[in-house]
Amino acid sequence: MKIYFSISCIFFFLLAIQIKIYADKIIVDKNTAVNSVSKAIEIAKPYDEIIIKSGNYKEGNIIITKPLRFIGEDSPVIDGENQYEIFTVHADDVSISGIIFKNAGVSYLKENAAVRFENTKNGIVSNCRFFGNFFGVYLAKSRNCKVINNYFEAYGKKETSSGNGIHLWYCRESEITGNKIKGHRDGIYLEFVTQTTISKNYGVNNLRYGLHFMFSDSCRYYTNHFEKNSAGVAVMYSRYVDMEGNMFSNNWGPASYGLLLKDISRSKILKNYFIENTTGIFIEGCDGSEFLNNQFEKNGWAIKLMANSMENIFSSNNFIANTFDLSTNSRQNFNKFNANYWSKYDGYDLDKDGIGDVPYRPVKLYSIMAQQNEPSLILLNSLFIDLLNIAESVFPSLTPETLIDQSPLMRKLN
Amino acid sequence: MIELKNIEKSFGKYQVLKNISLNIEPGKITAIVGPNGSGKTTIIKSILGLVQPDKGEILFNNKSVIKEYLYRKDIGYMPQAASFPDNLTVNEVFNMISDIRMQQMNGNAELINILNLQPELNKKIRTLSGGNKQKVSACIALMFNPKIIILDEPTAGLDPAASANLKKKIVEQRDAGKTIILTSHIMAEIEELSDNILFLIEGKIVYDGSLKNLVELSGQAKLENAIAAMMNKEFRWD
Amino acid sequence: MGLIFKIIKFEFSNALRSKWVIFYFSFFLILSFLMFNFEDETGKAVLSLMNIVLIVIPLVSIIFGTMYVYNSNDYIQMVLCQPLDRRSLYFGLYLGNAVPLALSFVAGIFIGFVFTGADTAGITPVLILTINGFALTLIFTSIAFLTAIKFSDKARGLGAAILIWLMLAVIYDGLILFVTYFFRDYPIENIILGISLINPIDLARIFFILDFNISALMGYTGALFNKFFGTSLGVLVSAGLMILWFIIPFLLGLRSFNKKDF
Repeated sequence: MKIYFSISCIFFFLLAIQIKIYADKIIVDKNTAVNSVSKAIEIAKPYDEIIIKSGNYKEGNIIITKPLRFIGEDSPVIDGENQYEIFTVHADDVSISGIIFKNAGVSYLKENAAVRFENTKNGIVSNCRFFGNFFGVYLAKSRNCKVINNYFEAYGKKETSSGNGIHLWYCRESEITGNKIKGHRDGIYLEFVTQTTISKNYGVNNLRYGLHFMFSDSCRYYTNHFEKNSAGVAVMYSRYVDMEGNMFSNNWGPASYGLLLKDISRSKILKNYFIENTTGIFIEGCDGSEFLNNQFEKNGWAIKLMANSMENIFSSNNFIANTFDLSTNSRQNFNKFNANYWSKYDGYDLDKDGIGDVPYRPVKLYSIMAQQNEPSLILLNSLFIDLLNIAESVFPSLTPETLIDQSPLMRKLN
Repeated sequence: MIELKNIEKSFGKYQVLKNISLNIEPGKITAIVGPNGSGKTTIIKSILGLVQPDKGEILFNNKSVIKEYLYRKDIGYMPQAASFPDNLTVNEVFNMISDIRMQQMNGNAELINILNLQPELNKKIRTLSGGNKQKVSACIALMFNPKIIILDEPTAGLDPAASANLKKKIVEQRDAGKTIILTSHIMAEIEELSDNILFLIEGKIVYDGSLKNLVELSGQAKLENAIAAMMNKEFRWD
Repeated sequence: MGLIFKIIKFEFSNALRSKWVIFYFSFFLILSFLMFNFEDETGKAVLSLMNIVLIVIPLVSIIFGTMYVYNSNDYIQMVLCQPLDRRSLYFGLYLGNAVPLALSFVAGIFIGFVFTGADTAGITPVLILTINGFALTLIFTSIAFLTAIKFSDKARGLGAAILIWLMLAVIYDGLILFVTYFFRDYPIENIILGISLINPIDLARIFFILDFNISALMGYTGALFNKFFGTSLGVLVSAGLMILWFIIPFLLGLRSFNKKDF
């Protein structure tokens, strides 16, 4: 075994040298013969390296059909003049870095992107900057691609005339890491994507969702931060999704959610932080998922749990200073709440085991009333409402009787 | 000096004063007498502005005093039931009133002496007996040397010695030229003190004149009998 | 003017000796101390304090104010026999009652805050709390005076005072809730806002929650309310209504006081 392994190592090493040896460097510079990217592509052999020097390149749509490596030096700008798609990649093993892409054209017929990969493998976009593009990076039917450490900024005013920052459609085994996306329609959009990792991205002030995620099973996203997106983050129609260590903050508005989960099953929502959202998590039609070790702080509603969700487990979460911890739309409950910390809990712990001796009912009458009838929000903190809540907790008649945390924690978890 | 013109006053449905006109003679003691509820106190309170008449005029040195207040600096008043803030001492009450009136206490020491109020001066009002409260009240009425002194049942609740001393004081004041109005249920006292009588029945004046005249008119030797006779006659006069 | 000050001077020295004012001060001092000490966050402490303030201040101010007028009856009669106008007396009585109450509240909260919470968070929420509490004290004392002067009978007056409190603190909100449910199919946000502004307790409460529960309110309704309160017009209207709530009962009370027979 060892010998085979060594031999294969040597083989791959030689292969690498060979590529290195045969790869040429082509330099694109406004002041030389090769003064356009298109010309460089034309003369390049597969696996050549194209170095683009600083300058403003306006070349319409550039189509790439060979495996090539594009490196921008001193921030060259490639401009789509608000009309064209800029890079369209049809080849495998294309990597693009250090380039500024501007003004991929808005179109209602075509989804023009600054960089599009179509039916490819192993594509990489890294350390690029994207300004005012319709779509930023568009991956279609591709696999094993990487979008790393890019910056996206768009200036659309309306959802309809604005595209997504990073858009994946029918992709798999890809990685989206360390990007910052601002002002697009959706920051990151995934549809029919599997086995993909999304991490360390920051989505802010996007016109719709920071992250929009549909029909994408077995994906994992962690340590992302989504802030002030007009509708927060939506994860829909997917299974086996892992969400861990993300932060959802300041997503405000009538239809804005820190995290919107719709038809999600067998997923894990762990160690996420929800702070100051109108609604922390809106859960509709989800089943068999685990919500563990999350922190909900200062949200309007920490969780809105619709009654068509079942067999979900909520445990070891911190609920701190939310206006409403939980609301639901039915007296039925098929989910389990256990051992969470609720800052509103006012029970006692006589045996000092850290678990409150009185169960906690997180659904208050008023949270249901306010959800059904929004103008009644104006009565928040009114004595009358407190009296109603007390009456309801003594004789539950509208709140779900079985939705109860039997062992609320006395101290918050770290 | 004090003149009431056509004063009317009702409390709810109950008419207390019916077209009262009168003139208080300066430098004399005028006693207002009449059965309970005849309007004695209401007349006094009207003069003081505590009660506001529905109709009519009250003149003080020929000037209307309704809704006025400065004229009260010339009036010393001792109410029927003394009322003071409970948690003040007697001295504090004296000082406070002196402060409000912007007048110096005058002959206060003598008054305190003759009413035997010395031991009470540093006690809180709430600890005082009813009689002692009356004494405090009498002091307040007299100690600013006002031109007019109004006393509502001045001797009610006083011990005999204090009562006698107070009466002596009242006569002294009259002799010093003060105008005095008083009410009392004790006819002997009125007979002893007053120069003029104002006799009220059910809010109407039935007699306004000198004591001497009243006694003569009724043909009785004593005021008590004169009053009784008058009350019998009253129906005939109507 | 001098006369007003004489009355106030007397009332203050009286109030300082009164056990109730000392008790009231200690209540807020201890409360504020406990809240700022044991709550992790100033915001939450202020929220709990505000809930108490919204109940306690109107209740104490209105009961204390009515009782005060009844208990001062002797004093009023005594003073009115002196050369003093009723207006000065009324102003003096009012200020002598409302100011010590308001000050002992403000002092209690602030001392508690300074000794425990000053380092952990901003002073703005505490300021909003004290301004609201101060305004509610003035308003409910003024309502209390009107009530006590209108009702000669102490038991009736006190009953009316408690009823007024109950109406404004509890029943009114019940009515609002009823309206929101009854007309839920109509766009009634603006009407609800208008109705709420009429009640001084609600006014203080809404002012406060917009500062603290902004996330919940940023729904459609919240955005609307926030739009109103966020503008200087909204602030002016609410401040104006607060002032009206103070001035109208005060002047009506003064008018009755001027006419009253003692």
